[in-house]
Amino acid sequence: MKNSILFVALFLSLSAAAQDDLLQQLEATAEPSTQYMMQTFKSTRLVNSQTVESKSQGELEFIFAHRFGLINDGLYELFGLDQAFVRLGLEYGVTDRLGVGFGRNSVDKTMDVYGRYKLLRQSTGAKHMPITLTAFVNMAVETAPRNSDLPEPLSFEDRTSYTALALIARKFTDRFSLQLMPTLVHKNTVDRTLENNDQWALGAGGRYKVSRSIALTSEYYYRFDVPAESPYYNAFGVGVDIETGGHVFQLVLTNARGLTERAIFTETTGNLADGDLHFGFNVTRTFQLKKEK
Amino acid sequence: MRLILSMLLLGGCVLSAAAQKYISEKSFVSFFSDASIEDIKAENTKSTSLLDLASQDIAFSMLIAEFKFDKKLMQQHFNEKYLESEKYPKSTFAGKVFGFSAGATGQQNVTVKGKLTIHGVAREVEVPGTMQMANGQIMADAKFSVKLEDYNVPRPQILWKNIAEQVEVTVSFTYKPYEK
Repeated sequence: MKNSILFVALFLSLSAAAQDDLLQQLEATAEPSTQYMMQTFKSTRLVNSQTVESKSQGELEFIFAHRFGLINDGLYELFGLDQAFVRLGLEYGVTDRLGVGFGRNSVDKTMDVYGRYKLLRQSTGAKHMPITLTAFVNMAVETAPRNSDLPEPLSFEDRTSYTALALIARKFTDRFSLQLMPTLVHKNTVDRTLENNDQWALGAGGRYKVSRSIALTSEYYYRFDVPAESPYYNAFGVGVDIETGGHVFQLVLTNARGLTERAIFTETTGNLADGDLHFGFNVTRTFQLKKEK
Repeated sequence: MRLILSMLLLGGCVLSAAAQKYISEKSFVSFFSDASIEDIKAENTKSTSLLDLASQDIAFSMLIAEFKFDKKLMQQHFNEKYLESEKYPKSTFAGKVFGFSAGATGQQNVTVKGKLTIHGVAREVEVPGTMQMANGQIMADAKFSVKLEDYNVPRPQILWKNIAEQVEVTVSFTYKPYEK
């Protein structure tokens, strides 16, 4: 009798754990982990604006951007292609959250330096965070026109402006992401009849992935408290992102021709009502300089 | 009395069965694919496994996001575009080990059969490997190839022919007794 009980007990304990039960037991031993959302956007640029994305630690990004002349200048200007406004830039990931960069834009021969920091990262799991928040600040110096060409020289301060951006984004699905961009541009020297020293704007933009490697993007900036005499317009843009390995090609249509924050948010000259649009592109190439070990 | 005795026996057997369980202490899973432009390799040292010698059951679980690449952009693309780790965060295996005797010494050839789940697709696989019991620990190693197509993992087609049709997976685990 004892033996039979022993056998039954042995049999029961042996067959108790089926394969899937063991997997369930294994999963139960796992410490809760946090999954961070990757690639809310394909690039550090949406159309003209910055995105919440920063480079990963040790990555260097080369950005090569063009905005051509106005398409509605017609055939004589080859629909704007006879003119080109260029910005060349580099951005480096100091950490996975901190990025620094600089560049030069041919519009007003502007040099810019900037930094960005991912304050919050959208995540699920142990740590739940609904949004990604990146702070972005830059300083830009217009080196044109030269002082030798001016009746009264401009100081370095006169030529300098600052931008602060709060980039708030959420990847709603694997295809769809939205971003809000409250913006402050401070210009040291302005013509007060045309613009204020401090200029506020609120941007909104998004992307929709149509395939694994192709996405459609759009953004619009609304400026607050604009003087009636202002010759500038709210910036708007649409684009297509095409990603191939280390490259992202962004083809855009926008009424802004500038490629630094100051020029985009506060000095957009194209009037959408007149159909003033520029064709352009941003091309980025990412290099991994430092390997994680 | 008889009831108490049988309960004691049952309890004893369950306990002895529990002592037959081993959990991963160290883990290493890597995959490698040599392609015309550049080799792809990634390593995951955060996977876990449970092994039940009594029932011969074995289970593995790993987070796709824990695969580390030399190039972080490649890691992001791997997660976002190919393995879709936000949708399918884990890869798992549940199956049985055949041919392992805990009493024997030296390396033993074993076969593992079961259900491998990658990218949300589960398939029955059979993988040869080796196991060895030494100093109360069990070492398990295996090498096999995985066809991306079998798990609906797309391959890039334009400009970037970086990923081969098959990737070679290397698995190496060290187990210690698991008590719970």
